[in-house]
Amino acid sequence: MATYSVGQARRARAARIRSNRPLRDRLANTGAFILLIILAIIWIIPLLWTIDTAFKPEGETTIVPLTWFSAHFNVDAFVKTINSTSLPTWYFNSFITSAIITILTVILSSMAAFALSRVPFRGRGILFWIILAGIMIPGTVLIVPLFTEMQSFGLVDTWWGIILPQIASPIAVFIFKQFFDGIPHELEEAAIMDGASRWRVYWQIWMPLSRAAIAAVAIFTFVISWNNFIWPFIVITGNDMMTIPVGLATVQTSYGIRYAQIMASAILACLPVLIVFIFFQRQIVQGIAGTGLKE
Amino acid sequence: MSDISIQEQAAKAKAQTGDVLARTRANRWRVDLAGYGFLLPFLIAYALFLIWPAILMLRMSFFNWSLDGHGTTDFLGLANYGEVLSDPSFWQALWNTIVFTVISTPALVIISFILALLVNRAIPAKGVFRTIFFAPFIIPVSVVTIIWSWLYEPGFGLINGTLAEIGIQNGPNWLTQPGLAMIAIVILTVWWTVGFNFVLYLSGMQQISRDLYDAASIDGAGGWARTRWITIPLLGRITLMIVILQIIASLQVFGQIYLLTAGGPNFSTRPVIQYIYESGFSTFRVGFASAMSFIFFILVAVISAVWFSILQRQQRGNN
Repeated sequence: MATYSVGQARRARAARIRSNRPLRDRLANTGAFILLIILAIIWIIPLLWTIDTAFKPEGETTIVPLTWFSAHFNVDAFVKTINSTSLPTWYFNSFITSAIITILTVILSSMAAFALSRVPFRGRGILFWIILAGIMIPGTVLIVPLFTEMQSFGLVDTWWGIILPQIASPIAVFIFKQFFDGIPHELEEAAIMDGASRWRVYWQIWMPLSRAAIAAVAIFTFVISWNNFIWPFIVITGNDMMTIPVGLATVQTSYGIRYAQIMASAILACLPVLIVFIFFQRQIVQGIAGTGLKE
Repeated sequence: MSDISIQEQAAKAKAQTGDVLARTRANRWRVDLAGYGFLLPFLIAYALFLIWPAILMLRMSFFNWSLDGHGTTDFLGLANYGEVLSDPSFWQALWNTIVFTVISTPALVIISFILALLVNRAIPAKGVFRTIFFAPFIIPVSVVTIIWSWLYEPGFGLINGTLAEIGIQNGPNWLTQPGLAMIAIVILTVWWTVGFNFVLYLSGMQQISRDLYDAASIDGAGGWARTRWITIPLLGRITLMIVILQIIASLQVFGQIYLLTAGGPNFSTRPVIQYIYESGFSTFRVGFASAMSFIFFILVAVISAVWFSILQRQQRGNN
């Protein structure tokens, strides 16, 4: 009798929870949603304020108490910025160097990963560990010797000086290897039976199959090198060779207190990447998730 | 037709297997050649731009090496190391770096976890929230510091302006007050980079089966209990990875500090990388800077090694 009533009570409790659950969860979800909206507003306020300032006339940027609204919103600051800075040149430098870094990184690291994943050569295990150990070398501690090296190569203040130290990416090898390890063996075995060379297997079977991994590595590499500050900052000395992040770092001091123009240049500097980001968001996010999740 | 070709292929395969067995030695060489052939381009770049600079760093650290080429034969032994270790500026820079790392790491891990937890619920416009929290990560550091020095501006910045609106007149000088400057840098860093960890957490959470949560709910587990006993334990590995990546990234902090406060006020925010940079490129003492780089490298390597061993122990524990 006693056990029966306990069972009954438990069942009744389970039923009560089940009927309460949707309501409780819905309340929690509403709370989460409201909290997220508040946080999202906090997150975009810095960007909104920057845009707001850029469209104000210079004279109104420093009015106290500050206001979000201006009766004289205009694009003067943007026009002046485009006419007076080297933004287009910096853009070009950033684009060329980031694109070459991305292409070379994808080729070098996918080939290396193909060998490590698919070619059973002797010494493969040790080499994999040597490459993996490279992930542990923090790039920033090498700035001084890298600069000396670039000096001896005569590459200071050149595109190649920016590019070369950024193309050996152990993490990209790691991502590609993870991906290749997941592709079944049968495909390449059939191709090898038919007499295809390893190069053809890599180029005509593996690369087309790896479009997702290539996109992830490529976009991720592009964003990282586009935003790299410390290395171009060190290896570039001339205004005409600067990339966007380095050039923009000089803008703040050279403009003095012309806040609208500073903000306009900041917006112009990050707008294209933001647009690319919105289009490729999924791949960028996958690229980042890929570095961490598939161990 | 197709039957014949399959038979032919099978025969060919058999013959080839025979071949392989007969010429194992020659074949192994061919495989080795292919393997190293594919690896060569990467290995050259790896050796030139990662291994060689590391060796060069070690070599320069033993000399009174100067950026303009002087002193390259002026062997000092361990004198540069002695100088670094007895240099109060180095210890202060190391202390600043550690303070930044110790404050920013928990902030960046916990806030990213909470954001991911919220976005992972059954709410509308998930994609919009993901975009908003991740977007700052792709903004270059110089743009980020332009935006935030404007927000922190003591006279007409948005932060002090808003404080004035709610009755707090004369807000602090965020970037010139010792102690506060570091907090200001951490706030900027959280805003800028939390999206990276957030995305890692979010994709980790999306891989947890819904059934687990449903089963827990039926057993009477509330939202907090489900988070505490399902989400957090299952994300243990990702958390460990995020923590160590964050520590390594935070230890290498440079750009946002250099551009926001230039290490000031009175060197109270100057990180190790900035001191290395200034020793090498402002006073041209690359030997001294290399010794400092090497000491710092060892520090980061030890932390990484500890991480690896924890990770491996955990993996063994799981199997």
